[in-house]
Amino acid sequence: MPSGNLGLVVMVLGYGAGAGLSLLAPSDRAARVLTAIGAAIGCIGGLIAASSVLVTRVPVDATFGSLVSAAGGVAIHLDPLGAFFLLLVALVGLPAAVYGVTYTSEYEGRHSLRLFGLMFNGFLLGMSLVPCAANIFTFLFAWELMAITSYFLVMTESQYAETRYAGLWYAVMTHFGFLVLLPMFLIMAPGSGATAFADLRTHAALMSGSAKSVVFLLAMVAFGSKAGLVPLHVWLPRAHPAAPSHVSALMSGVMIKLGVYGVLRVVVDFLGAGPAWWGGLVLAAGSISALSGVLYALTENDLKRLLAYSSVENVGVIFLGIGAGLVLQSYGLHTLALVGFGAALLHTLNHAFFKALLFLATGNVLHEAHTRNMERMGGLIKGMPQTAALFLIGSAAAAALPPLNGFASEWMVFQALLSGVQIPQPDVAIGAPLAIGVLALTSGLAAACFVKAFGISFLAMPRSEEAARARESHWSSRAVMGVLAAGCVGLGLAAPRIFDGLFRIAGSLFAAGSSASPPAVGRLWLAAPNGVAQVSPLLIAVAAALAIGVPVALLRWRGLQWRRADTWGCGRIQQTARMEYTSSAFAEPLRRVFSELYRPTEDLTINVHPDSRYFIRSITYTSAVVPWIERAFYDPVARGMRACATQVRRLQGGSVHLYLLYLSGALMAALVAAWWFR
Amino acid sequence: MIRYVAVLLQTLVAMALAPGLVGFIRWLKARLQGRRGAAPWQPYFELRKLFGKEAVISHTASWIFTATPFVLFGTSVLVASVVPLIIAPAGRFLIGDLFATVYLLLLGTFFLALAGLDTGSPFGGMGASREMTVVALTEPTVALSIVALALNAGSTSFSQIVSHTLAQPSAALGPGHLLAFAALFIVTLAETGRLPVDNPSTHLELTMIHEAMILEYSGPYLALIEWGAALKLLVFLALAANLFMPWGIALWLSPAAIAIGLLSFVAKLGVLAVAIAVLETRVAKLRLFRVPELLSASFVLALLAVMSTFLVR
Repeated sequence: MPSGNLGLVVMVLGYGAGAGLSLLAPSDRAARVLTAIGAAIGCIGGLIAASSVLVTRVPVDATFGSLVSAAGGVAIHLDPLGAFFLLLVALVGLPAAVYGVTYTSEYEGRHSLRLFGLMFNGFLLGMSLVPCAANIFTFLFAWELMAITSYFLVMTESQYAETRYAGLWYAVMTHFGFLVLLPMFLIMAPGSGATAFADLRTHAALMSGSAKSVVFLLAMVAFGSKAGLVPLHVWLPRAHPAAPSHVSALMSGVMIKLGVYGVLRVVVDFLGAGPAWWGGLVLAAGSISALSGVLYALTENDLKRLLAYSSVENVGVIFLGIGAGLVLQSYGLHTLALVGFGAALLHTLNHAFFKALLFLATGNVLHEAHTRNMERMGGLIKGMPQTAALFLIGSAAAAALPPLNGFASEWMVFQALLSGVQIPQPDVAIGAPLAIGVLALTSGLAAACFVKAFGISFLAMPRSEEAARARESHWSSRAVMGVLAAGCVGLGLAAPRIFDGLFRIAGSLFAAGSSASPPAVGRLWLAAPNGVAQVSPLLIAVAAALAIGVPVALLRWRGLQWRRADTWGCGRIQQTARMEYTSSAFAEPLRRVFSELYRPTEDLTINVHPDSRYFIRSITYTSAVVPWIERAFYDPVARGMRACATQVRRLQGGSVHLYLLYLSGALMAALVAAWWFR
Repeated sequence: MIRYVAVLLQTLVAMALAPGLVGFIRWLKARLQGRRGAAPWQPYFELRKLFGKEAVISHTASWIFTATPFVLFGTSVLVASVVPLIIAPAGRFLIGDLFATVYLLLLGTFFLALAGLDTGSPFGGMGASREMTVVALTEPTVALSIVALALNAGSTSFSQIVSHTLAQPSAALGPGHLLAFAALFIVTLAETGRLPVDNPSTHLELTMIHEAMILEYSGPYLALIEWGAALKLLVFLALAANLFMPWGIALWLSPAAIAIGLLSFVAKLGVLAVAIAVLETRVAKLRLFRVPELLSASFVLALLAVMSTFLVR
């Protein structure tokens, strides 16, 4: 058996065993361990399958026509693009599974760890099968498996009303996406018997332009709701904080990326080059997501919500790369387009690593500080120095600081957007500098956001008893975070090589791209499409190590005298944590600058003494940023739904005769319709 | 090999000149304000004094606080060695391009803001918050100025931009270049903490940004930060000078060309330093919440620069 097929078998068996055995486990402790073992074996299988496809470039095929034959059977086809996303699942799934062993120990006795093990493995299986699927049924089955199992994982701590509310949002949004997928596939499918992706691809070439555009729009809505594009992102900041941290890491690091996979598969692979407005729309959606994601992340005090909004931002950056690629492709600039797609894939990979790292580190923080509110943290660097250092690496990568991986992919997205100015039409090309401005503002705000996330949570004095008592977590969780952090550094330093590979993966998506060669200039240098502008993350790292190391060594050699003293407090006797800058205070200047966007609500209540208004008893000031984009978009929808539901309720008369009438009426209508359309 | 020696030379010259540049601006400002002022070489004495002193570290501070001066100084030195100050040989420039330079400077600022928060002092937090606000708002202007330059030269590589401007002097006087220069000059004032965005000579808590972040530093740590900040000012002025007026810069590595490059570099720095000193005696500091207006004005300038480059092309 070739290693690709073997890997897939191991993967399915591993996840299946993990799901089944943990359900039958004799104790909670055994369930935890079995969950992780099954998931780890499955991930290793996925790793083998994906890497064998990526190395040999020979796709893996398997069909099980007799399995659910009415729906077209189960068909597997793993090509390089699918293998890349399968690799992503396995690379993040493995650390998350190991991390889960100790992290879920606090659920013992409170929640069913057996059910959790079933859902966790089912979730990984669903995510692994999505990029392998080769026909509509397999794809939709895997997609729905992923959605349902992740819903149960989000609902783990369902005793909190907040979690149940988040679960509701998540279920509605994910099924809305599913609902939109159906007509999309229906339009693309040539006939009732031909549901394989190969058929869709050949049929897409024959479709009219307007039909293609409808498919494109449906794909953007369906996959955009999974990826978290604004305004379909509403479930992210709700579901990510509610889920256990390693599940959030998987959802944010991998699951939303499958939305990116869907867009690339349907739009780039099936539909091929479209009109320029497709790319323009993707660029606009990416810009809005990137900017509003980071702006809401900035004002957030809940650490996990902050990370969730930052995921919205990063998905926006990924879509900026895809949009640049689509626009360039529509003008026939295929090599430049591939740089855009390659940059998008690179950022997909990089974001998976640093966001998984940040979520896992946050899990440790939650475990110790017992709160997600940054205003109650602080000083954690003393109790948990290693977690702090790992979180810092993740933050620096998220802020796109060199030489970490976030920098490499943002640099490539910049260069892809910059090559947009080569489009012969000036009125289209002018969009490129605007997108660059948006991306630059986004990265500046992301730096501010992660200074806040790390600085307020980990530095200075603890703002609560729990934060002061925080200690390091189990060594295994720090070890897997160390692996992810090493990935953030390694992917940054090796970015030129990795980009080469991703460029070729993107090139395999369309005929004109397979012959294009990446703008390579040696192994050390990332290069712009024209090859002139170059950057080498590895050399930056070496030079920075020298520039920082030499002064350190010199100062050490001279001997550095120092002593400890109190922080200067303007002559006050004691400095307390209440005098520190808080999370809200840190974001206040930017909140004011963008107040038109935030539209914060402010409420000031002054309680005065009944006898004299000069004696003030208490002053209460509350201010909140309620994302009005969500309200403006979803309130009318919710109102409309409610009105519809009220109307539909009239059908329910409560009488059996009436229902029998409906039944026979519906049957008649179905028969007439079947006769009519025959 | 000779290329690396030349780059090392340029870095050492920049490190040596940076405190003098700050001292010169201070001295000239004092003279313009009718004061006598300390001599231009005063910062060198201050650095020597600080390096000889004992450092005081807050009880609250962690390793971030002690690592930051080295990161800030290191990134400034690194940036000074990758931008064209005296030499601009053809081909790739050591490690990166303009975007990489911007992100390297952001790395230093990121750590400085963290160090501001680290001591738990409200001043540090205030400075960090304001600094990150200003930096975030300058980023789009920087990026668009880079785009305006890259549109002409066809690349974000330094040597390409410099050689292209030298080959086509008319482009350097075109509207695109001039507008981008104006935008980048405003950004320089904001990023290096000069008036009207930040006042480098005040310790009044309501107005300070940079000084608030480094309030807790002392001894050799403070020396490194001051030196790094001076180097950053020099690099920004050098970028404004050499990207828009590259004449005199050494394109090949002969001693004569490098000597001319050095002289023209000092002359250009002098002109820009005079401009800053004059500006700082003429304008008052803006209120913090007026700063975004200035920065958005600079953004519009950069956008116009890009537009006009498109039209002229």
